[in-house]
Amino acid sequence: MRRTQREVEDSSRMITRRSLMLGGAMAAMVAALGARMRYLQVDQADEFRLLAEENRINIRLIPPTRGMIQDRNGKLIAGNEQNYRIIITRDEAGDVDLVMRRLASLIPMTAEELDDTIAAVKKHSSFVPVIVKDRLSWEDFSKVSINAPALPGVAPEVGLSRLYPRDTDFAHVVGYVGAVSGQDLEGTTDPDPVLRLPKFQIGKVGVERFMEATLRGTAGTKKIEVNAVGRVMRELEREEGTPGADIRLTINADLQNFVQARLGDESAAVVVVDVTNGDILCCVSSPSFDPNLFVRGISHTEYASLTENDHRPLANKSVSGAYPPGSTFKMVTGLAALTAGSIDEGYKVRCPGYLEFGGRRFHCWSRGGHGTVSLTNSLTWSCDVYYYDVAQKVGIDKIAEMGRILGLGERHDLPMSAITEGNMPTKAWKQERHKQDWRIGDTINASIGQGYVLASPLQLAVMTARIASGTSVVPRLIRMIDGQELPVAPAAALPIDPAHLQAMRRGMHDVVNAERGTAKGSKIVEPTMVLAGKTGTSQVRNITKAERERGVVSNEDLPWNRRDHALFVGFAPFDNPRYAVSVVVEHGGGGSAVAAPIARDAILYAMSDGVPSLDAYPKAQRGRIESMLKELPLRDPETGAAPTTERA
Amino acid sequence: MAFFENRLKQVPTGPRKVLFINWPLVVLVTAVASVGVLMLWSIAGGDFEVWARRQTQVFIVGMGLMFFVALVPIWFWRSMAGIAYLVAFLLLVYVEFAGETNKGAQRWIDFGFLQFQPSEMMKFALVMLLAAYYDWLDVRKVSRPLWVLVPVLITILPTILVLMQPNLGTSLMLIMAGATVMFAAGVSLWYFAAVGVLVTGTVAAVFLTRGTPWQLLHDYQYSRIDTFLNPSADPLGAGYNIIQAKIALGSGGWSGKGFMQGTQSRLNFLPEKQTDFIFTTLAEEFGFVGAFSLLVLYALILGFCLVAAIQNRDRFSSLLIVGVAANFFFYIMVNLSMVMGMAPVVGVPLPLMSYGGSAMLVILVGFGLVQSAHVHRPR
Repeated sequence: MRRTQREVEDSSRMITRRSLMLGGAMAAMVAALGARMRYLQVDQADEFRLLAEENRINIRLIPPTRGMIQDRNGKLIAGNEQNYRIIITRDEAGDVDLVMRRLASLIPMTAEELDDTIAAVKKHSSFVPVIVKDRLSWEDFSKVSINAPALPGVAPEVGLSRLYPRDTDFAHVVGYVGAVSGQDLEGTTDPDPVLRLPKFQIGKVGVERFMEATLRGTAGTKKIEVNAVGRVMRELEREEGTPGADIRLTINADLQNFVQARLGDESAAVVVVDVTNGDILCCVSSPSFDPNLFVRGISHTEYASLTENDHRPLANKSVSGAYPPGSTFKMVTGLAALTAGSIDEGYKVRCPGYLEFGGRRFHCWSRGGHGTVSLTNSLTWSCDVYYYDVAQKVGIDKIAEMGRILGLGERHDLPMSAITEGNMPTKAWKQERHKQDWRIGDTINASIGQGYVLASPLQLAVMTARIASGTSVVPRLIRMIDGQELPVAPAAALPIDPAHLQAMRRGMHDVVNAERGTAKGSKIVEPTMVLAGKTGTSQVRNITKAERERGVVSNEDLPWNRRDHALFVGFAPFDNPRYAVSVVVEHGGGGSAVAAPIARDAILYAMSDGVPSLDAYPKAQRGRIESMLKELPLRDPETGAAPTTERA
Repeated sequence: MAFFENRLKQVPTGPRKVLFINWPLVVLVTAVASVGVLMLWSIAGGDFEVWARRQTQVFIVGMGLMFFVALVPIWFWRSMAGIAYLVAFLLLVYVEFAGETNKGAQRWIDFGFLQFQPSEMMKFALVMLLAAYYDWLDVRKVSRPLWVLVPVLITILPTILVLMQPNLGTSLMLIMAGATVMFAAGVSLWYFAAVGVLVTGTVAAVFLTRGTPWQLLHDYQYSRIDTFLNPSADPLGAGYNIIQAKIALGSGGWSGKGFMQGTQSRLNFLPEKQTDFIFTTLAEEFGFVGAFSLLVLYALILGFCLVAAIQNRDRFSSLLIVGVAANFFFYIMVNLSMVMGMAPVVGVPLPLMSYGGSAMLVILVGFGLVQSAHVHRPR
């Protein structure tokens, strides 16, 4: 439409006016934006900077390397092995099914494992790595590494996991590690944050458990940058933790292996102690199990076969087993009587084969009796009646006191699980425990290590070490921590007259070396290594009157679990004691026939620091012993690898 | 019509027209777009291919379009106003039934190389039609109720269609653009005052009656409004974007973390970081200095536009320039307020910066119209 000049002018003025108003409004609003910008970016910058850092930085723990456990000479007992595993990340893999099928053609994988892994990968966020296969062999691991270009998203990874190269030999002493459980965290108010790491393993049993603090070390930390969905972008800062300290045990791995092999399938325990410093050189419980199974995750059937075995492979019999010590206890009764002055070294008893007391007959193991028995012969022949007699004179409380002096009834403090106190009964104990008065029959039973008296193989070894050395030897299991030798406190002399101790030692000498000694078959003929000891055969059942009338049932005719325990304690060399040994063979039969030869072999091995020379054995036995020694399935002394060839 | 009778011979013709283009405006627009490309490059972690290349291509095409539109006489564009509006309106109706949706909001037509949003086109078609309407209308009749009702209807009809998409941001911008052109054309301030009072009164009534027996909305509607107005109450849902954006901005501080050093954007804490929230990356990496400089660039663009509008004595041209500038301003205002946590999140891109073809092209065509009006202004 046509406009006049005036109209155009008016329109222009109006638009100019209104435009300026708009411009003003816009300027005000832009200024408001600028002010807001200033408020956020200048006034509040510090606060937001902090928030941005919190957004992007995560602190992660680096698990510390667990300390190694070695034997007294540095041989590896528990170490860390490189664990080769394969992980897959979905968002880098692309076609997961294709990649996984390729992977399955390279490494051994069951169809089930394949499906499980694919399902796991698809379930997790695309950037979460999933473990495809753990503990691969080096060959399979290399195959995957070489084929990496064809396997997008698949990464070979190396971690550390616990390995016990001498598997069965140290299962009971060292124990094993396992994943942290809720129980492990219970009771600690402020647990080490490293325990919360998935798959972190801590000691569950034995040295691994009781030295956990030393072995674990402290975790390091790394600061990593993460993106909004939590994927790690890069590492910003790293603070290394301290690895756990290495521990050296007092145990001699070769001796341990020798004894373990020597015991074979017996349900037995052997402890060898150095009487000069208390070092436990050997602490074997048989049969054993492979602790590596527990680290890797034991299967239900494997576990069931361990728990259902009547030889109880999981139990550490050497420290947890409490057995009636039988005749090995006679030195305690004898020393108690001598110390109390109830008898002197010349005291003699006539043994008719039994002792009549209160209308009850207490039998000697020798039906026909031993005739007149001296103190020395009471040990040599292991006459029971002698101790029945002596015990009545001295009383149970004095015997118990002597037992405690010699380390019985006391829980030796060692870093091992389920260490038993055994039992050293007194009148007060029976009153409290059984609400019954102590009867003289109890004393008679206790005098020969039956009845209420219970001791572990460890306690018996300590007892023997104390008798042999005359000092109160304290057993120890840890020799060095982190390369530092642990100090040994000098053992105090026992509050026993040395002459009394010497009398006992003489008796123990004759047990092995005298013509009628109960362990004369286990003599060591090498004059610098003479063995002294005491046999024991402890009943696990009462012999009924009917049985006695029918004639004593021989052990072999009984079911295994009702046979007698065979025991032997000993020390050597006789004139300068160095080692003490105790052997318990559960339901093994007689101490002299079963336990003493094992003890002799173990202590000989300790003295000769290797497989014993045949010269130490009596000539007549050499042939048999040679073939026995040859057949022992010993490990490779350096690597600890089990023998590969089957026993002939 | 003014041009044909008066001073036609004084309007430049042929290649000489290029000399009369408003070059400072071209430089400013190019500067802002370059910053945008730079930021897209940074957000992709130094990869030019991801977003920056395509954005550059779209910008070059857009500049070509701008020059083309600029050199076509403005009276041609005035004659096209009705058709442009009609086409945009029909396309809006078309996408309402056949368009593609994304995140339940935007509707577009897929041309293969370009996803075209008719609502973007409508922003400028509406301004063109309103400017043409007021150019045609007798200046004395501008404030008469009946003649006010016509532009109101012109504005409201497409707004309803866009609101149905539903796209609240664009609907608001259409209303604001329409109102601005009407305001510039000289519609009496009483109308604006009345609308202002009416809106304020309604809002006040809605909120004041809350909790009383005669409240105007249902409770769930109130709580929806609450989350809309105050997203930080829901830090992992609606509020997440805003909180992360504020962290990005604030942590930039005075001078920023440095080019390509922005942790918030690089580590994906920022959603929509290449589109609606691109400003946060700039603010994070270049700090207050960088962010404020961008604001100044935008202010200069607006300033040049308003000066051009005032200089121009052709009524259509002036109103068109004001309308385009208003559109541009509302883009910036809504986007920046949203990103800085001053306004609810309504999905409006930052003009010339955000990644996205159709918004960029439409804005550059809008500047083409401004240039055409400037080149062909009566002398």
